[in-house]
Amino acid sequence: MKSAVVLLPGLNRDRDMIAALTKISGQAPATVWQTDTEIPDVDLIAIPGGFSFGDYLRCGAIAARMPVMRAVAEKAAKGVTVIGVCNGFQILVEAGLLPGVLMRNASLKFVCRQVKLEIANANTMFTRRYQPGQIIRSPVAHHDGNYFADAETLARIEGEGQVVFRYADGTNPNGSINDIAGIVNDKGNVLGLMPHPENLIEAAHGGNDGRALFESALGVAA
Amino acid sequence: MKARITVTLKNGVLDPQGKAIEHALSGLGFDGVGQVRQGKVFDIELAETDKAKAEADLKAMCDKLLANTVIENYAVEIA
Repeated sequence: MKSAVVLLPGLNRDRDMIAALTKISGQAPATVWQTDTEIPDVDLIAIPGGFSFGDYLRCGAIAARMPVMRAVAEKAAKGVTVIGVCNGFQILVEAGLLPGVLMRNASLKFVCRQVKLEIANANTMFTRRYQPGQIIRSPVAHHDGNYFADAETLARIEGEGQVVFRYADGTNPNGSINDIAGIVNDKGNVLGLMPHPENLIEAAHGGNDGRALFESALGVAA
Repeated sequence: MKARITVTLKNGVLDPQGKAIEHALSGLGFDGVGQVRQGKVFDIELAETDKAKAEADLKAMCDKLLANTVIENYAVEIA
């Protein structure tokens, strides 16, 4: 499975994402720069975390209007798998590829800690290697992860099983509505999540709870 | 032509920053401060001389970038 990682000024988790994809897919991902208008023929596109454009205006707002994001939107429309982590999630909602918005944490504090996540839908291409309702651990590190959507949108995504990850056991770090940590689009091929599964994929990380997400998305054997 | 765009949070959207400011104001002894909501102001200079055209452009700027209309309203004012 071939993958690509989107690079934007101000991202800082790009190397972690490249390392995770390289280890799990067995080959290094291609990298695409913000001004690129073409993305190579790949099965999966990842948008890493960080602080693209210094979080100016709104987190992910400027990045979402860069040429590379038009190319990502075209690929997503053709069914290519897209994962946005942390700032990548913020960029996907700002680009209109995922519903809702990520607001300032309710505590107003930057949170950097480990949380628990419930697999709210194990029947997606990102979670098929997990058990329904399984609780996994994952690191989070963000200032603006407070997921919000209007009542109609919220009812729709809850009803359609688009909520894939939920903060579990009272570990919601940011005040997200319905404890939402990660969602997919209506077609199910675009995932955004605030936690960092790429930072928990091997024993050296203290666990591999995040590995099955990439194994699911990449379709590789566990 | 000069314009001012004001972006505010929609009613019903939680504004933790506004809340913190509210608490800080009452901490400073400003009694009787009700709800505080934080927003953004953009002052924009335009080469356009047609007011109607400028207003249409400014609204497009809000829809495409300056406001996130999921949670924010905007108002356009041309000087």
